[in-house]
Amino acid sequence: MGKRSVIPYGPQHPVLPEPVHIDLVVEDERVIEAIPSIGFIHRGLESLVEKRDFNQMTYVAERTCGICSFQHGMGYCEAVEHIMGVEVPDRAKFLRTLWAETSRMHSHLLWLGLLADGFGFENLFYQCWRVREKVLDIQEMTAGGRLIFSVNKIGGVLKDIPQDQLNFILKTMDEVEAELAVIKDTFFEDYSVKARLKGVGVLTAEQINALGAVGPFARASGVNVDMRKLGYAAYPHIDFEPITSTDGDCYARCYVRMMEVFQSIDIIRQVIAKMPAETDLAVAVKGNPNGEYFMRVEQPRGEAFYYVKGNGTPNLERMRIRTPTFANVPGLCEMLKNTELADIGLLILTIDPCISCTER
Amino acid sequence: MAEVIHPEDVLEQIEVGDLLRRALELKKAGFRFSQAHAVYVAKESKYELSYSFSDYSTYQLHSLRVVIDLDTVVPSITEIIPAAVFYENEMKELFGVKIEMISTDLDNKLYRIAVEAPFGPKKEEA
Repeated sequence: MGKRSVIPYGPQHPVLPEPVHIDLVVEDERVIEAIPSIGFIHRGLESLVEKRDFNQMTYVAERTCGICSFQHGMGYCEAVEHIMGVEVPDRAKFLRTLWAETSRMHSHLLWLGLLADGFGFENLFYQCWRVREKVLDIQEMTAGGRLIFSVNKIGGVLKDIPQDQLNFILKTMDEVEAELAVIKDTFFEDYSVKARLKGVGVLTAEQINALGAVGPFARASGVNVDMRKLGYAAYPHIDFEPITSTDGDCYARCYVRMMEVFQSIDIIRQVIAKMPAETDLAVAVKGNPNGEYFMRVEQPRGEAFYYVKGNGTPNLERMRIRTPTFANVPGLCEMLKNTELADIGLLILTIDPCISCTER
Repeated sequence: MAEVIHPEDVLEQIEVGDLLRRALELKKAGFRFSQAHAVYVAKESKYELSYSFSDYSTYQLHSLRVVIDLDTVVPSITEIIPAAVFYENEMKELFGVKIEMISTDLDNKLYRIAVEAPFGPKKEEA
């Protein structure tokens, strides 16, 4: 047995985009145990139900995260709409789906860039973020904000996307697809990328299920689950199948997210092709929510869980958001065991951690 | 058109004494743990705890609901469901729910907040 010591990792570290602290128990260069701790940026957003009414909480929900902001707003709205029995106009459902998929695209592209930076391939990092800018431009053009859209409301959406902008989105999707095809080859074929990702941090489907992990992290281990199959927004009208891999290593997680970007491009094309011509974007909502609902949405990082409980007053009794990273931390700790110290940064990145989301 | 799954979600009200047994039964039935959360019901001065499990083959969500008095001690399910560790620490720290035998009890330091049980009963109510 080698010498054991504890190495504190984070909360500030070049490879960590957000603050999380992990105590690594190491034996020589091998990690024996990882003990995480969060709590550096807890904001108590859920407690704002005492001060903000259920309509205002849409904007609070959006501010849970700066990356998957739109989908937090959408998940919260869908939960309240279920409680109040509100049927959202079809065009609003399609618009929500379109923005949800651009959010997935830019989130995955952000992660792919960070991963490339993590294994020291700076040019690949720049290329991923360059392509991501095109998606952010679409979001700015259609919603007015690059990341925080504020287009959701209880009962529908606040903004429409005119036909000329839809045409621009289609043209941009063609460009992004062509540019990503080149980037994809580098990720999947380059020797140095494979050397850093293949066979590293393997988790089996059984481990994933036991640890409650979600999203691309779970799908990369062969767990075929995607909450979009529950049919919220316009997903019942979209043809797609969850992308999975059975390898369960860092390379598989990279593969799943990369292929999901291509899948999002396909979904966006389907959304635009099937977009209803109606002009209604929202229905009027009367009264206050009275009841409870468990809503599940597939965020870029996986299943997000929204529990909303109303008591007939404008202020909700409870709004709870369980973010994907919260569910993925136990899986991360298991994955870190018995790995080389030099791989820790990369392994943490491969769950695509979003600590701001997690701490809410 | 894509295949859409519309499972019938279940919300099962149970006594606190049945929590471990039902959690174990759901685990053995192939459900995986999804989340747990607490609600402080000020009007009744009670906690409402929900433990949600998912069947990933059918997408069915099965939630166990336990309603308890503020001073009731709840057994931890972490021995059966290790993934529940952060959820139980959160319920304990933010709401003041009394949970015993959490596998890794962070002693109200998950979120490092200065206020005691900020989502739970206010000092004058407790």
